[in-house]
Amino acid sequence: MKMPKGPNPRAAFDRDLRALQDDLLALGSMVEKAIVTAVEALRDRDLEASRRVVREDDAIDRKRFSLEERVIDMIAIQQPVASDLRTLITALHISVELERIGDYAEGIGKISLMMGDQPPIKPLVDIPRMAEKSVAMLRESLDALVKRDVDLAAQVCNADDEIDQLYDQVYRELLLIMLGDPQKIERATFLLWAAHDLERIGDRATNIAEQVIYLVTGKKTELKVGKY
Amino acid sequence: MTTQTQADTETDIALQARGLQVHYGEFRALKDIDIDIQRNRITALIGPSGCGKSTMLRCFNRMNDLIGGARISGQVTFNGAEIYDPSVDPTEVRSRIGMVFQKPNPFPKSIYDNVAFGLKINGFKGNMDEAVEKALRGAALWDEVKDRLKSSGMALSGGQQQRLCIARALAVEPEVILMDEPASALDPISTLAIEGLMLELCSSYTIVVVTHNMQQAARVSHRTAFFNMDSDRAGFLVEEGPTDEIFTNPRDPRTEAYITGRFG
Repeated sequence: MKMPKGPNPRAAFDRDLRALQDDLLALGSMVEKAIVTAVEALRDRDLEASRRVVREDDAIDRKRFSLEERVIDMIAIQQPVASDLRTLITALHISVELERIGDYAEGIGKISLMMGDQPPIKPLVDIPRMAEKSVAMLRESLDALVKRDVDLAAQVCNADDEIDQLYDQVYRELLLIMLGDPQKIERATFLLWAAHDLERIGDRATNIAEQVIYLVTGKKTELKVGKY
Repeated sequence: MTTQTQADTETDIALQARGLQVHYGEFRALKDIDIDIQRNRITALIGPSGCGKSTMLRCFNRMNDLIGGARISGQVTFNGAEIYDPSVDPTEVRSRIGMVFQKPNPFPKSIYDNVAFGLKINGFKGNMDEAVEKALRGAALWDEVKDRLKSSGMALSGGQQQRLCIARALAVEPEVILMDEPASALDPISTLAIEGLMLELCSSYTIVVVTHNMQQAARVSHRTAFFNMDSDRAGFLVEEGPTDEIFTNPRDPRTEAYITGRFG
């Protein structure tokens, strides 16, 4: 095959594609920080930190829109095909997934604010554990993106089962608390919402992993039909 | 999409090449080509300059016979019949498999005579006015020229001249139209007009188009064949498949490298 003797004719486009991925990863870090802060603030009853999470979601939204605009510009200008096209479509999907995960973190921040200074019904153990696992899934899915690693992407959904199990556990525990003391129904419901948000983050990370598989193979795959 | 039986699929092949090789003197321009051209579909031949895609196109209607030193081996069949069989008249082949060239090349004659030319040569006995109108309508040119059929074909715009050449090809009622970069000399609007026309025509004709414009191949064709050149500069077919698959997820990394512009 005739190979280029001169410089890569697509050098500028390749540079833009790399910069786009870097920005996608930066959005991933913002979202990860939001989840961690939101759950720590919920556990520690740190309302100032919760307010910060809610406020900073605007930056996540703006970042997503700017990523989307760049992808649209690159599609219009570069008219990408094959793996270039898949890279851009994947970036578009992943930016939406990340922004949505950011919304879940914001949701947990708002739940914390709604709880206000009501006394906690129990020390939080499983919810922070769910947060840890969902953050790990998010990281793995983005790691799979960087490495273009289909096997790693396929593994992401395994952790989702653990999150789902924890969610079931939290649900049962909170139900018992509510049955035992109707005074605690409102506060228990708040925690149930938070747990549900974390469960959804796992599903969104699975979506990201599916996008990575599409990027590499060109095939649309459903890694796992979630229980929820 | 209707489900087709295997037998139906086989009869839907208009042109077929097997083990096709083309030499120009000592130089081997094409080697080991196996390709099926589906009926009533537009097949685009893409690939870098010198990969033999125009040579491939010319093999389909024995246009290479006109090039001194050209030598063809292997098989090319049209509706199942070998077109290089000694008993076959190449003129007959070319009337059933027409060609449109890169640069519009109307004859220095009237619009009417340009279209009627092939029919007259073939000793057409029917109603010439009707045949000319039908061909011009087929090429989406009638409304623009119906009031000046006697003016020179050379006076038309580039895009109109190319449609006149398409009308000239249609007049003899071919089954296949071969197009060698039919829009590369045209402005973007005329290019889109030609592409729209191709899509109209493919319900009645089989079209094979050579194009350097990959977006054009993506827009206009149903199937895409990617040709490349080996180290001995002989052209060969890398892969052929549905256009949407070639442009979203090609099987061969060489196709990927070419269509994404990573080598030229």
